[in-house]
Amino acid sequence: MSVLVQIAWILQKDLLIEWRARSRMFALVSFALTTLLLFSFAVGPDTKALREHAGGYLWLALLFSSTSLLDRSLRVEEESGAMDSLLLAPTSPTAIFYGKALSNTLQLVVLGVIALPVTLALCDATLTGSPLVLLAALVLGAMGLAAPGTLYAALTARISGQQLLLPLLLFPLIVPALLAAVKATTLVLTGDPMEQSGSWLVLLACFDALYWSICGVLFGRIVET
Amino acid sequence: MPPVIQTRDLSRRFGTRWAYSRIDLEVEAGERVLLIGANGSGKTTLLRSLATLLRPTSGALQLFGMDPRADLHAVRRRLGFFSHKTGLYEDLSARDNLAVLARLAGKQAGRSELTARLAEVGLEDRPDSIRRFSAGMRRRVALAALLLTEPELILLDEPFSALDPAGVSQVADLIRSLPGTVVVTSHQVERAASLCQRAVLLQGGQLRWQGRAEQAWAAWRASQREDAT
Amino acid sequence: MKWFHISGAVGVVLLVIGHGMGLFVAPPEAMMGDVGRILYAHVSTAWISLVAFLLAFFAAIGSLWFGRRGWDASVVGFVEVGVVLTALLLFQGSVWARPTWGVWWTWDPRLTTSAILLVAFTAVLLLRSVIDQPDRRMLVTSVATIVAFVDVPIVYMSIKWWNSLHQDFSSPETVSSYMVTPLRISAFGMLFLMLGFVGMRRRIELIRLEKEWSLQPPPERPAALNLSDEGTQ
Repeated sequence: MSVLVQIAWILQKDLLIEWRARSRMFALVSFALTTLLLFSFAVGPDTKALREHAGGYLWLALLFSSTSLLDRSLRVEEESGAMDSLLLAPTSPTAIFYGKALSNTLQLVVLGVIALPVTLALCDATLTGSPLVLLAALVLGAMGLAAPGTLYAALTARISGQQLLLPLLLFPLIVPALLAAVKATTLVLTGDPMEQSGSWLVLLACFDALYWSICGVLFGRIVET
Repeated sequence: MPPVIQTRDLSRRFGTRWAYSRIDLEVEAGERVLLIGANGSGKTTLLRSLATLLRPTSGALQLFGMDPRADLHAVRRRLGFFSHKTGLYEDLSARDNLAVLARLAGKQAGRSELTARLAEVGLEDRPDSIRRFSAGMRRRVALAALLLTEPELILLDEPFSALDPAGVSQVADLIRSLPGTVVVTSHQVERAASLCQRAVLLQGGQLRWQGRAEQAWAAWRASQREDAT
Repeated sequence: MKWFHISGAVGVVLLVIGHGMGLFVAPPEAMMGDVGRILYAHVSTAWISLVAFLLAFFAAIGSLWFGRRGWDASVVGFVEVGVVLTALLLFQGSVWARPTWGVWWTWDPRLTTSAILLVAFTAVLLLRSVIDQPDRRMLVTSVATIVAFVDVPIVYMSIKWWNSLHQDFSSPETVSSYMVTPLRISAFGMLFLMLGFVGMRRRIELIRLEKEWSLQPPPERPAALNLSDEGTQ
């Protein structure tokens, strides 16, 4: 069975599990929206600041939510030893990585799509630029979080009682992706007179290309003992 | 035909501790072997290594006459591993679990076949998740998943643990009917010995005794006596 | 007397010379005056901290490839010393920024990248500290180090681009020839000192690892079990 087919099956399995336990997704959405609300409270009624930084708040909310999402994506394999079943199927660990990373990307994109209108409302921002560029930023940014996040979640899922390790490892790493995604999103929201969003998307794409290849290679070493 | 399992000098350490050391084991096709030993004697670690889930530190391991390191997938395709940790997804139904594992194993299994497999282990095809199942029912789903891939070698780690007597009896019946080669570890020495022909005893990670399954209990008592002195 | 003692001693001597020249002999910096003299310490620390992380990256690859604990110990040495140097770097940067720009912190791409590096590699050390199985720990440390290091150029570039849209903090890009010599000497001094410390740290880690790993072969096969009921004979 080709690796691509296995990736598709793993993706489908992960999405099926998340659908079956959708109450968890609702909780995550609530968390993201609450975070956005708190940002707007913390900034106060400064409409100018809110509007200018709406992109930043959106991505921070996504980033904080991603920790729980990523952790769960790997813990679901550890809690009943399902990872063993997968490996023995046999499934190539690379396929497991890409399937899971794709599933995590998709979930983050969905989270972003839900959080976007809320952000726009709270910050009184409007979509000045192209929605396609925004979607590209969302997808590429989610990919940037998902690949290293899936790898690190696999690392930390076996260590009990260390909730903070995953964000601590992940956050410094994804700074470039965060910067680029925030920048691209902000440019779409507040206007892009100098057509810079393209270069930020390119940076995101390069980050994604690099980490989707490296993490795929390293995942097998982490998961096989 | 080469032995299904052949190990020579197989050892695995964790830091300074040798979990199992210098294991020489041969299991022919169709044999049923019981692996016994006290807690921490290395049974589970050895079984996981035989299942290719844990790489040994040194020594030679051949499964189906092949070196797992040469072709891991080919070896894994032919074996099945059952652990008290079920290896299932709690949020999915029994049928979904079987479907997922069947697909990844490359088996096209339609709905009717999956229902039949569940019936084989005495379960109905219910749509609710297995989270609400009892431990015994979960074990049976895991066994159904195992059988779906039709493995030639089946390794079972403590299949009777945490089961009530009815559960133990059901699982024992299922194990008795398993085709192919079987290696099982268990603390329930007498019950498990009745299902096997041969038995092997591990003590402190070392292979202390091999013999007929009927003598397993005597060997166990002898090793307990040794531990006590 | 081990090689790293010598390296450290050489490093200290070179640093004394380089810093001495920088403090007393070289001319004051064109824009910043005497405050600019910190560049001998700051720039050398910056270069060598990056060198330390680069060598950590190679050691991590070696660790994954060869799987021997010597490589693992090297990774620990380079990462720890790199972390200390980066912390020092940030402190120096802060000290420099205050009289020069009037602030304790700026979004200068180099400084910000260093801050991120500090957190990233501290997290690697933290991760290492919570795993007690030696082989797993070695694997995890190397993977985390590789992933963190590969990010370094990207972090730097992304912050530089991001920053260029904001204020432009000028910092000396070109260094006059009178300052190149003490800078080079200081840089080499820092390099030797770093290697000296890494060597020491590596040795300490090796001793620790030796207690955990075992090069002892597996124990010999035991005598057969006596099944008879007649008590010990």
